[in-house]
Amino acid sequence: MFIANTQKDREEMLRTIGVSSIKDLLKQVPEKFIYPDFSLPETSLDEQQTARRMKTLAAANTPHLSFIGAGAYERYIPAAVKSLISRGEYLTAYTPYQAEASQGILQTIYEYQSSVCALYAMDCANASMYDGASAFGEAVRAAVRITGKKKVLCQETLNPQYLTTLKTYFSNSSDYHFITIPARDGIMDADKLAALLGPDTACVAFQTPNFFGLMEDAPKISEMAHKAGALVVAAADPASLGLFIPPGDYGADFAVGEGQSLGLPLSYGGPYLGIFACKKEYVRQMPGRIAGMTKDKDGKRGFVLTLQAREQHIRRDKAASNICSNEALCALSATIYLALLGPEGLKELARANSAAAAFTAEKLSGVKGAKLKFKGQFFNEFVLEVKGDAAELREKVLIKEHIDIGLPLKDLYPALGPGALLVCATETKTEADILRLVKALGENI
Amino acid sequence: MNDITKLDNRLSIERSDPGRRAVRFNNLLKAKEALPAGLVRKSPPKLPELSELDVVRHYTGLSKINFSIDTHFYPLGSCTMKYNPKINEEAAALEGFANLHPLAHDKTSQGTLEMLYDLEKRLCALCAMDAFTLQPAAGAHSEFTGLLIAKAYFAKRGEDQRVDIICPDSAHGTNPATASMLGFNTINIKSGPDGRVDPADLKAHLGDKTAVLMLTVPNTLGIFESRIEEIAEMAHKAGALVYMDGANFNALIGIVKPGDLGVDIMHINAHKTFSTPHGGGGPGAGGIGVRRRLEEFLPVPRVILEDGIYRTDFRCPDSIGKVKAFFGNVGVLTRAYAYLLMHSKKELAQISENAILNANYMKSRLQNIYPAHSGDYCMHECVLTPPAALAAKGLKTLDIAKRLLDYGFHAPTIYFPLIVHEAIMIEPTETESRETMDSFIEAMLKINDEGAANPQLLKDAPHTMPVKRLDEVQAARQPNLRW
Repeated sequence: MFIANTQKDREEMLRTIGVSSIKDLLKQVPEKFIYPDFSLPETSLDEQQTARRMKTLAAANTPHLSFIGAGAYERYIPAAVKSLISRGEYLTAYTPYQAEASQGILQTIYEYQSSVCALYAMDCANASMYDGASAFGEAVRAAVRITGKKKVLCQETLNPQYLTTLKTYFSNSSDYHFITIPARDGIMDADKLAALLGPDTACVAFQTPNFFGLMEDAPKISEMAHKAGALVVAAADPASLGLFIPPGDYGADFAVGEGQSLGLPLSYGGPYLGIFACKKEYVRQMPGRIAGMTKDKDGKRGFVLTLQAREQHIRRDKAASNICSNEALCALSATIYLALLGPEGLKELARANSAAAAFTAEKLSGVKGAKLKFKGQFFNEFVLEVKGDAAELREKVLIKEHIDIGLPLKDLYPALGPGALLVCATETKTEADILRLVKALGENI
Repeated sequence: MNDITKLDNRLSIERSDPGRRAVRFNNLLKAKEALPAGLVRKSPPKLPELSELDVVRHYTGLSKINFSIDTHFYPLGSCTMKYNPKINEEAAALEGFANLHPLAHDKTSQGTLEMLYDLEKRLCALCAMDAFTLQPAAGAHSEFTGLLIAKAYFAKRGEDQRVDIICPDSAHGTNPATASMLGFNTINIKSGPDGRVDPADLKAHLGDKTAVLMLTVPNTLGIFESRIEEIAEMAHKAGALVYMDGANFNALIGIVKPGDLGVDIMHINAHKTFSTPHGGGGPGAGGIGVRRRLEEFLPVPRVILEDGIYRTDFRCPDSIGKVKAFFGNVGVLTRAYAYLLMHSKKELAQISENAILNANYMKSRLQNIYPAHSGDYCMHECVLTPPAALAAKGLKTLDIAKRLLDYGFHAPTIYFPLIVHEAIMIEPTETESRETMDSFIEAMLKINDEGAANPQLLKDAPHTMPVKRLDEVQAARQPNLRW
């Protein structure tokens, strides 16, 4: 499939090369390793059969009305986003190593970096990382590199996916101390933070909204950290930033986020988009690619990849990170999404999320056997406490009502008890959807 | 890329007209709302205000000043820029796949889990590995995962003193960069005159401090390590593991199983070998295959089949944990899976056979003018160098590369591998036709003539792109990274 050469082409090409068969070209491979038996299908599917097979598999996924968030959020994706990123000119290009032939991609990267800086109120951003979790890991690595200190304070309510990823990003040495700042009422306990901060602290790393959906008092955390000489690494959901204070406004040194929130499909966990931004004094500690504006020899505006002396293909073992491939097309998708929304649309998006979640919470707290676990301000998800075991309730409602009610938290946070359930409602949820959930819980708790 | 004069290179923000709107959200539910003042955003972000048509025209316009596989021959060595079948896109966009939440209940994710399970099995068969993880998002991320597995393996055996990673000097930059991210020391070994690892030099560096020998097979010169069996055996005797960087797996697919060569850990790149699009730099998808004794260290969750039901399994006490949130770049893996469905055993072998044929055809027709680094037949790519006559006139590989753009060809990879002075690394891939390669070859020969007659023509190239050669020094000295 997809091979252009005909038998005649092959014969002529072999003649040009001066051999009689392709096997003659493989003389450098020891004979015994060539053409072993593979336990793979003898037959292939044609395009139509492939399409049918893929449709059958896709249909075997039966996502119901779902109220799961926990780091990945159901979004409405505008048609223009899908249409533009499907263009082969973007889709099938490589990293813009030949700048003059890749001005389109390079300019979109520049626009992406600019949009991220605007959204997060930061000085600089890179061209993207793999996802929010790996961006968080790289940001904490940079903070440790800059300060030369080994103690990292992390909030207790950090997304557990981020925490596990963060730990693998520090497998180079066992000298690091990851200390958990305990939570009180679902958010970081400021007194505990004060007690843990010290001159040996490299950074305070947290996300807001946190894993429970609650807004942290980020300005206060940041002020305390800076006073103690520590850096601040803040992860923020970009969809929340139409409404809530951006990391740059409270002085975050590194700001990261999961860009899936900016109109990317859920796709069972990827490809997503690691947003990475920092203050300008740390730009040379930033991992990954960066596009910059410059001029051509006639003085005309153009774009190139720049500050490459940080990167693996130049610095090899001294590089800031090993990252090479990134998530460029996802970054382009987010850039187009933001251009379509604009500042007003972004605010509306944030309000639609916060209103949907607030409406859901209000209605659910009226259900017998259910109540809100925490009082704090949340964005688009919250912890509900149900009577009995939330995991069992999830199974029951899933089978009976075809609704996924949310993520049970007992395995991740046993201290919350068996009834803790993380419920999310984004702009995709209508009043009718939410009332279905309310009814289902009312009848099944 | 014509019509330079008509190029509108305004930024989206420069097209902005305050008050213009595209997407709206009307479904605001009524709920009590009282945001704490200290947490409210004070000023709106500086984002463009545009109509939908503005946005569509802007990004359609930008797409046109960009080379891609769909529009141009893109023989970028080491990157395997093969055709990306359109059916892959249709498959990944199916709602059942695209709308599936990563924390959805296993019972509602059977289609995706079955696909991942079968994809892992097929990759195991192709590579002669016993288990695969598809969590890494890219090649370098796979290397990170693979070396982390090696680290966990040695830690469990009480061999923490194994801190050295041996790589040939022809290795991709990601190899040493990954090693140092994980606290290993990189030991570079020199390639022999034929471009291969010199077993004697390797022997001198192997010891009880060696954790992993990292090899790219075929290597970045497009040459197969003919003595791989002996090399792997030496590494194993020294107690080390053998890691294969699978960036060049397109040369082996369906004809050689890396596991047979003595490889213990290897990665694949869905965006190279398995035809998923590169997207202007990503997203890719990686994957790590391991031999049985390393399986317990793979990241979680694993996909398992139990009583006819596919499940995500977290019960892996010795797992390295996670290298990213959730599962992996499943949307990309879906495309790779569709591609594999379309290839039988025999057709998989035809991929590498034609990739090798095309590269050798290029090499044989160009090497009289552009001297090849190696006299051997190459695998899926070849490394050439500029003609001596052009070099004598002060022309560089860069000048040749830029001139190629004027002929409508993306340049090959240049200045890599580092061990070849002024390297030009060409990888045509199996999906290109002979006539495309012929026109590329003609352009290369013509550029040689042009360089001899008028070197300035090359030094000033490109002449037909939307911009002339760009000032990279200024870009780095006075970084302008945002509006």
